[in-house]
Amino acid sequence: MTDDDRVFRALADPTRRHLLDRLFERDGRTLTELESDLEMSRFGVMKHLRVLEEAGLVLTRRSGREKLHYLNPVPIRLIHDRWIDKYRERQVSALADLKSELEDTA
Amino acid sequence: MSTMTEQATQVYAVFIRATPEQVWDAITKPEFTTKYFHGTKIESSFEPGTPYLSVAGDRDETLVDGEILESDPPRTLRHTWRALYDPETAGEPHSRVSWEIEAQEGGVTKLTVTHDQLEAAPKTAEGVAGGWMYVLSGLKTLLETGKPLSTESM
Repeated sequence: MTDDDRVFRALADPTRRHLLDRLFERDGRTLTELESDLEMSRFGVMKHLRVLEEAGLVLTRRSGREKLHYLNPVPIRLIHDRWIDKYRERQVSALADLKSELEDTA
Repeated sequence: MSTMTEQATQVYAVFIRATPEQVWDAITKPEFTTKYFHGTKIESSFEPGTPYLSVAGDRDETLVDGEILESDPPRTLRHTWRALYDPETAGEPHSRVSWEIEAQEGGVTKLTVTHDQLEAAPKTAEGVAGGWMYVLSGLKTLLETGKPLSTESM
């Protein structure tokens, strides 16, 4: 599996996207905090967090006895650069070409 | 990132197809940093206790100052950080930046940047939240393709 595959797979699940949104609101949360508003077993949440960690979207740090979870937005930025910017650029240049063509013939 | 609350500890990581030595060079040599770090030159001897400076490439303006806390090439670089480009962040106390470089399987190196001790520096925390993401994706692109990111660098 490539890095991109792992990120797309991780993002293709509503619970995992919800976990990322929770971390976006406030980073450095414990498993207990993250599972508090999910109707899911602790084990289920841990499994989702592991998929996010494998994709590099969540990083963990030990703080005393607690394991804190941090959102890492870099893989999403890389997906953006690779899969969104490229196509947007082409769209923009197509529109620019259309504009100059229309203005030339006018 | 305006809806994100400021975080006193921020952690970012990226996997790069390069050796730990190449990653170390990219973060410690000005000829590399100008290509992905908002155009700034790094200036430091990397001896603990000496200054860490990030200087705007085209003019002689120091944008970030700090002090080297630890330098263990090609594994760990730790320094303090105060952003001078904004009067509000310039008035805040120094925070801390740690670069950790780890070789992984298959010729890949993991680079982790931890920006912490930001409790008393909320403006700095807000300012760097999006910034590290661009810096690290730019660094990866530079090392893997030899070219700076073609898209906007801020």
